[in-house]
Amino acid sequence: MAYFLQQLINGLTLGSIYGLIAIGYTMVYGIIGMINFAHGEIYMIGAFISIIALLVLGLIGVSYVPLALALVLLTAMLFTAIYGWTVERVAYRPLRGSFRLAPLISAIGTSIFLQNYVQILQGARGKPMPPLVQGGFTIFESGGFAVRLSYLQLLIMLVTLALMAGFSTLIATTPLGRAQRACEQDMQMASLLGIDVDRVISMTFVMGAALAAVAGLMVTLYYGVVDFFIGFLAGVKAFTAAVLGGIGSLPGAMLGGILIGLIEAFWSGYFSVDYKDVSVFVVLILVLVFRPTGLLGRPELEKV
Amino acid sequence: MTAASGRAVGNSTVATVDWAALLKDAVIAALVAILLALPLVGVETYDVGGGALGIRTHFDRVAIAAAAVFAGRLALQIRQRFLRRGESRIAAILSRLTAWSNRQALRLTIAGVAFAAALPFLPFSSRYLIDLATTVLIYVMLGWGLNVVVGLAGLLDLGYVAFYAVGAYTFALSARDLGLTFWQALPLSGLVAASFGVILGFPVLRLRGDYLAIVTLGFGEIIRIVLLNWSPVTGGPNGISDIPRPSFFGLPFARSAPEGVTTFHQFFGFEFSPNQRVTYIYFVILTLALVTNLFTLRLRRLPIGRAWEALREDEVACRALGINPTNVKLSAFGIGAMLGGFAGCFFATRQGFISPESFTFIESATILAIVVLGGMGSQMGVVLAAILLVTLPEFGRAFAEFRMLIFGAAMVAIMVWRPRGLLAHREPSLLLAPRSTRGS
Repeated sequence: MAYFLQQLINGLTLGSIYGLIAIGYTMVYGIIGMINFAHGEIYMIGAFISIIALLVLGLIGVSYVPLALALVLLTAMLFTAIYGWTVERVAYRPLRGSFRLAPLISAIGTSIFLQNYVQILQGARGKPMPPLVQGGFTIFESGGFAVRLSYLQLLIMLVTLALMAGFSTLIATTPLGRAQRACEQDMQMASLLGIDVDRVISMTFVMGAALAAVAGLMVTLYYGVVDFFIGFLAGVKAFTAAVLGGIGSLPGAMLGGILIGLIEAFWSGYFSVDYKDVSVFVVLILVLVFRPTGLLGRPELEKV
Repeated sequence: MTAASGRAVGNSTVATVDWAALLKDAVIAALVAILLALPLVGVETYDVGGGALGIRTHFDRVAIAAAAVFAGRLALQIRQRFLRRGESRIAAILSRLTAWSNRQALRLTIAGVAFAAALPFLPFSSRYLIDLATTVLIYVMLGWGLNVVVGLAGLLDLGYVAFYAVGAYTFALSARDLGLTFWQALPLSGLVAASFGVILGFPVLRLRGDYLAIVTLGFGEIIRIVLLNWSPVTGGPNGISDIPRPSFFGLPFARSAPEGVTTFHQFFGFEFSPNQRVTYIYFVILTLALVTNLFTLRLRRLPIGRAWEALREDEVACRALGINPTNVKLSAFGIGAMLGGFAGCFFATRQGFISPESFTFIESATILAIVVLGGMGSQMGVVLAAILLVTLPEFGRAFAEFRMLIFGAAMVAIMVWRPRGLLAHREPSLLLAPRSTRGS
């Protein structure tokens, strides 16, 4: 029981991170119907910018941890958002309306480019990070096994919850959110009604990238090491999460992220760590075969 | 500013160039470049030992990047303003090259094959060159195999390397455990890879294009992770070594053979030279690649090939005409996988050693890039792209570090510039009316 609870906590933490990345996939897919293959790399860039921002803050002499974290969060979100914006502008926008595989191939190229860009600039070795948020508390003990919830895990879940609430409000109430929902339903009609579709799509990439940057910071704090290759697997897993939850659905992305986190945690806790990535891919294939609309998604109509 | 833009008007056919807007645009681009470069280019992290990181700043590089983006953006804009009316010159040359290579296809093929066959005997040829050509041919073969799936049937497969791996491991395992030789294992490799293709394809081929891409990617990773972790059989990360070399109708290529076996040089009375084996391996892959090409070219003329191309163009219409999309896709997937399996079998015998490291996603992306850069569906384009991608990094070892960076950027640039690839070949193999009556 205690072991189960511990895996549950680990899974929820991991799932929060996947969920944050998955939102980027799901929003982009909802609006322009493409898989933003480079999104995993945006998350990786977010993680690197977080590390660099932390080091710079350390040099300047900001040593109060909550302040440093808040500053790092904002810096990472800002700079990563610019990366997200640029990627859309350079690699995707010229291809809008091109044949259907072109944006995907362009996205794969972007992904390879960004990976090597970071590798060349920052080196191929993993970047270690000293633990910033330490400590935690024991929820209960049974049979010599203590279920621990660290402050960091709590922080990750709380930040994710807060961001989710914030973004849902943004989509539901602001003019930008309304424009996004309109574009998702019918882009041509939205543009006829005076919505600047290009701007809405740009903002979608900016928002997705900002959330991925938060995930990047969280993963840096959680694992204490990042390298240029983390984006690939995290990207595929987050995409799986988005598909599982129903692509295009915001709560679905979060739900899917948490489910994927739980599957991974329980799989490595009870079966084998070696094959934990296989479990996620198998889930992806099963979901796509048996329920392609995902858990909360709407069925897609094919119009001729 | 009106004076400045007034001077820019050379004659009445060129539209007025608004230099202020151009400069503003370029300045904005440079500012974005500064923001992009500031954290990742401007600050470099390095190990200072003891698990800690230090930072170095490179603001000069940020300035260079900004200047480059400013100049590049300005040049691009100016070029666009002046070239708006006509097609750019390079694009025109490429379209003419495409048309020419389509017209001269037969002659070009004969010349290419003759050159490839003569390559080992040319005066400037060396062991290094033949090795390089062998690598090019492996990629050509893989490209042709994937072309069936991506170029003809229009299914984006991001896990093609899985079938390559299955073929390679089939041969390595059957040689180690069953004692099969290369020629005995070759059909087996193709068969096993094809069955993997069908097993994967059966459930997933109903999916939409980009879902299919992600699922095939996942499948490729599953195969790699299983190869990596199933150590008792696959040797795990250490891979399998001592894979037998191919023999020439039973004659091995070795300095000395065990009792009762005649080696190649003894049989023909040659002086022994290690180059003989390299040359022979080169001819094996050349033959395999040519057979692949002939095979796919013939398939295109068959009803099944036509169904592939029709499906690529419009799936709904195909369904309305009574073509079963799943079966048609499955055949393309299986045949593509089989060709990948053959290539994998050859790869294993050529290297003599295989490990999961040779079968990563980046390999799939490389093969896909060859197909895409060459022009989907174009056999000639694949050859061109394979030569380009394999030999380019060989020219400047200094470039080796930037190889994948350029590679990724090129994929994006070609998609933006020519979404159909360098030598685009999208004309259906079958036309209802003679070509001259169409269009102009």
